Amino acid sequence: MRCGLCVRDCPYDTLKLAELGDNVATGTPYFEARKVPCEMCDDIPCVVACPTGALDRGLTDIEDARMGLAVLIDHETCLNYLGLRCDVCYRVCPVIDRAITLERFHNPRSDRHALFLPTVHSEHCTGCGKCEQACVLPDAAAIKVLPIALAQGSRAEHYLRGWEEREAAGGSLIGEQIELPVRGMEDQPYGDTRLRPDAPPAPAGLDSGWKP
Amino acid sequence: MRTKGWLRAHKWLLARRATQLGILALFLLGPWFGIWLVKGNLTSSLTLGVLPLTDPFVLAQSLAAGHLPYREALIGAGIVLAFYLLVGGRIYCAWVCPVNIVTDFAAWLRRRLGIKGGRAPDARLRLWLLAFVLVVAAVTGSLAWEWVNPVSMLHRGLIFGFGLAWGLVAGVFLYDLLVASRGWCGRICPMGAFYALLGTRALVRVSAGRRSACDDCMDCFAVCPEPQVIRPALKAIGQHHPLILDKDCTACGRCVDVCGKDVFRITTRFDRSES
Repeated sequence: MRCGLCVRDCPYDTLKLAELGDNVATGTPYFEARKVPCEMCDDIPCVVACPTGALDRGLTDIEDARMGLAVLIDHETCLNYLGLRCDVCYRVCPVIDRAITLERFHNPRSDRHALFLPTVHSEHCTGCGKCEQACVLPDAAAIKVLPIALAQGSRAEHYLRGWEEREAAGGSLIGEQIELPVRGMEDQPYGDTRLRPDAPPAPAGLDSGWKP
Repeated sequence: MRTKGWLRAHKWLLARRATQLGILALFLLGPWFGIWLVKGNLTSSLTLGVLPLTDPFVLAQSLAAGHLPYREALIGAGIVLAFYLLVGGRIYCAWVCPVNIVTDFAAWLRRRLGIKGGRAPDARLRLWLLAFVLVVAAVTGSLAWEWVNPVSMLHRGLIFGFGLAWGLVAGVFLYDLLVASRGWCGRICPMGAFYALLGTRALVRVSAGRRSACDDCMDCFAVCPEPQVIRPALKAIGQHHPLILDKDCTACGRCVDVCGKDVFRITTRFDRSES
């Protein structure tokens, strides 16, 4: 109802009511993550204050909140993408190692270093905006909290991920395939194309499981 | 005014301004001085941490939009609804609404500058608009009138910050000043129409109890924001008693103030006495 009771009960003055001309529906509460992010209070006073249910009292664990979704939107200015170890967004994340992980990749520019790319996982990100506020870039942040509808693509339901299906079914769904020899890897089991088979295998996908 | 002196000729006006500004002050004590007696704004508020108050017009929009709010908002709207049902619907307009100060000022300036004419829409427009607002709320699932409502925007603006909402309030002022006499509150505002419908059976009424003393100076008609409500009571047209029972009367008391013959008084709907 745009009464502002959530604004009044926010202990960090994070929430504001939009004024006519702001980029938000006039009178509705919002916050600017770059200036004052959500501190994710355990008792969620804004939700308790809301008399209408615009903020849903079904939310009792702040880690279940979905205020938006952080997106590392600018790969060109992000220091970690440039090969440095900034990591600030990762460090300040209240849901560290779940909502943001650092993923290790080869750095092709130096060809001898690693890139540690901050990677957001929608399953855990609350959209609190601590990462956007903390980003060390001078003005706009490289990582920003966006509305979820803007941030996420929709997953094609018919598109199956082979590795997930194989794990669920306990084996390949399409049966074993014809084995053709790979030159130089004759000693290794079929399908193993690693150059250093002694190194521990990395799980599929972006989540390598690596921790600093 | 010549016969009564300035103070007596502005008694109810001063009482009204004191009420309007007093209510506003209660809301501003928090953000300005850190004294949190009342939080929120006229749309929905919490007083002393226990008393919820919610605007029933906004609640009606919310219900039309298909959203049932939590108990606090329902109780709050129930309290406000009961008050205006009992005391007087458009008492909200004259004694609480912040836009009233703006449109009263426009009407005063219009009289002072001698601005005449203009184009005022039919007074039933506000009822159509009220129905339209509820339909739009139902269709869009949003609080339709709150996108443009200058009443909530002015009040919220004073407490939380305006942005460009100033323009909307200025628009209402200029419309009343230059285009339509008493145009906003008397013709357009669906919120006023809503409260008018609430107050059809309400207690507090203005009576033209000493109408026999009327000398037809027309001062009351000139100052009244809804002048059509006076005639039936003052001139006994379509009724015998001197009570102004029209739902559009805001009980502002300006007629009581300006009448040199003390024809009018503020009383209850049961007081049909005449002298």
